[in-house]
Amino acid sequence: MELFFEFFSFQDASIISVVIGSILLTSSSAVVGTFTFLKKKALLGDAVAHAVLPGICLAFILSGTKNPLILIIGAFITGWLSLITIDFIGSRTKLKEDTAIALVLSVFFGVGILMLTSIQHSGNAAQTGLDSFLFGNAAALIGTDLIVFAFVSLVLFGVVSLLFKEMKILAFDPSFAQVIGLPVKTLELVLTSITVLAVVTGIQAVGVVLMAAMLITPAAAARFWTQNVLHMTLIAGVLGAFSGLAGAFVSYSAPTMPTGPWIVMVISIIALISFFLAPKRGILSRNLQQRSLRHLIMDENLLKELYHIGEKDNTPFKERSIAAIMRERFFPEGQLKSGLIRLKRKGFLVNKDGRWKFTQLGYEKGQRMVKLHRLWELYLSEYLKIAPDHVHEDAETIEHVITPELEARLEKMLAFPETDPHEKKIPY
Amino acid sequence: MKVEATNPAVEFHDLTVSYDKKPVLWNIDMTLPQGALIGIVGPNGAGKSTLIKAAMGLLPLGSGYVRLFNQSLDEVRHRVSYVPQRESVDWDFPTSVLDVVLMGRYGKLGLFRRPSNTDKEIAMNCLKKVGMEAFTKRQISQLSGGQQQRVFLARALAQEADIYFMDEPFAGVDAATESALLGILQGLAKEGKTVVVVHHDLQSAAEFFDWIVLLNLRLVACGPIKDVFTNKLLQDTYGGKLTVLAEVGELVKNREIPSREKY
Ligand SMILES: Nc1ncnc2c1ncn2[C@@H]1O[C@H](COP(=O)(O)OP(=O)(O)OP(=O)(O)O)[C@@H](O)[C@H]1O
Ligand SMILES: [Mg+2]
Repeated sequence: MELFFEFFSFQDASIISVVIGSILLTSSSAVVGTFTFLKKKALLGDAVAHAVLPGICLAFILSGTKNPLILIIGAFITGWLSLITIDFIGSRTKLKEDTAIALVLSVFFGVGILMLTSIQHSGNAAQTGLDSFLFGNAAALIGTDLIVFAFVSLVLFGVVSLLFKEMKILAFDPSFAQVIGLPVKTLELVLTSITVLAVVTGIQAVGVVLMAAMLITPAAAARFWTQNVLHMTLIAGVLGAFSGLAGAFVSYSAPTMPTGPWIVMVISIIALISFFLAPKRGILSRNLQQRSLRHLIMDENLLKELYHIGEKDNTPFKERSIAAIMRERFFPEGQLKSGLIRLKRKGFLVNKDGRWKFTQLGYEKGQRMVKLHRLWELYLSEYLKIAPDHVHEDAETIEHVITPELEARLEKMLAFPETDPHEKKIPY
Repeated sequence: MKVEATNPAVEFHDLTVSYDKKPVLWNIDMTLPQGALIGIVGPNGAGKSTLIKAAMGLLPLGSGYVRLFNQSLDEVRHRVSYVPQRESVDWDFPTSVLDVVLMGRYGKLGLFRRPSNTDKEIAMNCLKKVGMEAFTKRQISQLSGGQQQRVFLARALAQEADIYFMDEPFAGVDAATESALLGILQGLAKEGKTVVVVHHDLQSAAEFFDWIVLLNLRLVACGPIKDVFTNKLLQDTYGGKLTVLAEVGELVKNREIPSREKY
C-alpha cells in the first residue's frame, strides 16, 4: 500500500518517465490495433509480433549495441518480411492464410529464440536485458529509449488521426474505397506499416509473446461499449493507457518482474468486465433484458387468468386462492408466487390470508390483456384467414407486444367487434 | 443480336476475365449508351458481378479493356459510382447509416479532409430520396436487408457521379420500393447520367430499362430493350445452359493453359 502511494505521488523522475512511456506505448498500440481488429487481422498481428524477435537480435548482433533506434529498425524489417512471406505463400500455393500465418510465426520466432540464446551465451556484457523483449520490461523506458519509443508512439497517433476517415473506409469497404479513387494500395501499406511499428514499439513494454493481445484486446473490449468507430478507437486508447499504467506500477514495485503479462492481464480483465457488464451488448444486460421480458409476460398472463376466473363466476373482484389460479392455468409454483408478489408491489393485486384479489388498476390491465388476445385472434382469422383453432398460440405471444397505437388501429380496423372467433365476448 | 451505341459511355473491348485461370467471361465486346438506364440480365453464375467488378478495376483482366467516356477508368474515377452486392461488407461494423452514406463523398473530398456540412446535407438528401431519412442515426447492424441495400444506393447517389454501376441493388427490396427506386434511377438517366444495373426481375426490367445486356458467360445480346427482350434471346440466355463453354473453362483451368496467349 505504501508502495502504491509512493508510486502514484510521481515524485521520482524515473517513475514519471516509465509511466509516460508505458502509457504512450500501450495506448498507441491499442489505437492502431483497433483497425487490425476491425479488419479481422488479429492473427496477422500475432505473426508480426513474433517475427520482430529475430530482427531485434540480428540488429544487436550486427551493431553490438542496444541502441533502441537500431533495434527498432531491425524489428521493423523482419516484421515486414513476415507479412510479405505470408502474402507470398498465400498467392503462390494452395495453402490457406491461417496455415501460412502459423508457419511464418513459428519459423520466425524459432529463429529469433535461437539467436537470443546464442547471444546470451556469447558473454557479451551489453546483452543483459535483451531478453526483456520476450515478456516486456517497462522499467527500461528511461533516457533515450523513452524518447525514441515515445516519438514513434506520437507518430502513430498522428497518422491515425490524419487518416482516420481513410482507415475507416478501408476497414469497412475496401473495394468501394478503390473505386472512388482513394489510393487503396498506399493506404494499405500505411496501415500495415503502422501496425508493424505499433508492434515494434509495444514490445518494449509488453514483449513479443503477448503483443498481439495488446493490439487486439483493447479494441475488443471497446467494441462492447460503443457503435461508433471514433469512440471505439478513443476508448481502446484509454483502456490501453490504463493497462500501461498498471504495467508501470508493477515494474516499479517488482523491477525483476516482466511487465507484459501484467499489462495483458489487466486489459483482459477489462475485456472480461466489458463482456459481462457493457450496456446492450454485454451478457449481463442481455440477461437482464430477457429476464424482465419473462417477468412482464408472466405478470400479464397472471392478470389475464384472474380476469378469466372472474369472467366465469361474474365476480371479478373476489379473492382467489393459488389453487384456483392453478386450476385455470398451470404455472410453475415458484414463478407463480413471485409473480403475484411483483403484481402486489406494482399495485395490481392485494392479498389477504394467502388469497389474491384485483385492484381496480389490476382489473383494467387484466381486461386489456384479454381484449388484446381476442382482438388479435379475430384479426388473424378475419384478415389472414387462419382457422379459428390455430389462432390461440400466436395470440399468446402477440398480446404482450401490442402497443396502444396498434391496439387503437386494430379496434378501428375490426370496428370494435363484439366477440372473438371462439364466440367469447371482447371486453372494452 | 448486338446494337452498338452511337454515343457510348462504356466500351467493353474483347474482354475476358478468369478466376484462378478459369475464364468466366468470354470475349465481351459491346458499347453502352450515355443517358440510359441499362440492365444486365442473366442467370446465377452468368458473370454479371464479374463484369461489373472488371469494369470497376477490381479484378485483373485476362485480355481486352474497358473504357469509360472514351478514357481509362483511372482518368474518370471521380465520375464513377459503384454499388457492390450487399454481402460484400460486414454489416456489424460499428458505424451509423449517415456515416456510410457520407463515404460516398470521400472520393470528392480527397485525403485528410473531413466531410463538411454541405457533404452532410447532400448525404441527408440522398437518404431522403431512398426513403431512409428516418434511419439517419441508426446503427447499420440494425437494418433489414432491403434497408441495407437502400443505404448503399444512397451512398452511390451521394457520389454525384456521371455513371453508376450497381450490382443487384434491389435484392431483398420489396416490390413497391423497388418501383420507387427504379423511378429515381430513371430520373438520373433523364438527366443524362448512365446507370448500369444488374437485375433479376425480368418483369420490372421490361418496364423500366432502356437498354439490355443479356449475359451468360458470353454476351448473348445487347441493345435497346425492344430489340433484345425477345423470347428467343431470353431462351438463349436462360434456357439451354451453355454447357460447352463451362466445360472448356474447366479444361483450361485443369491444364493451366493461360486463357489468352500473351504473344
Ligand atoms: N472469387 C471467385 N473465385 C472463383 N470463381 C468465382 C469467384 N467469383 C465468382 N466465381 C465464378 O464465376 C462465375 C460468375 O460469377 P458471378 O458472381 O459473376 O455471377 P453472377 O452472374 O453475378 O451470379 P449471381 O446472379 O448469382 O450474382 C460463377 O461460375 C462463379 O462460380
Ligand atoms: Mg452477382
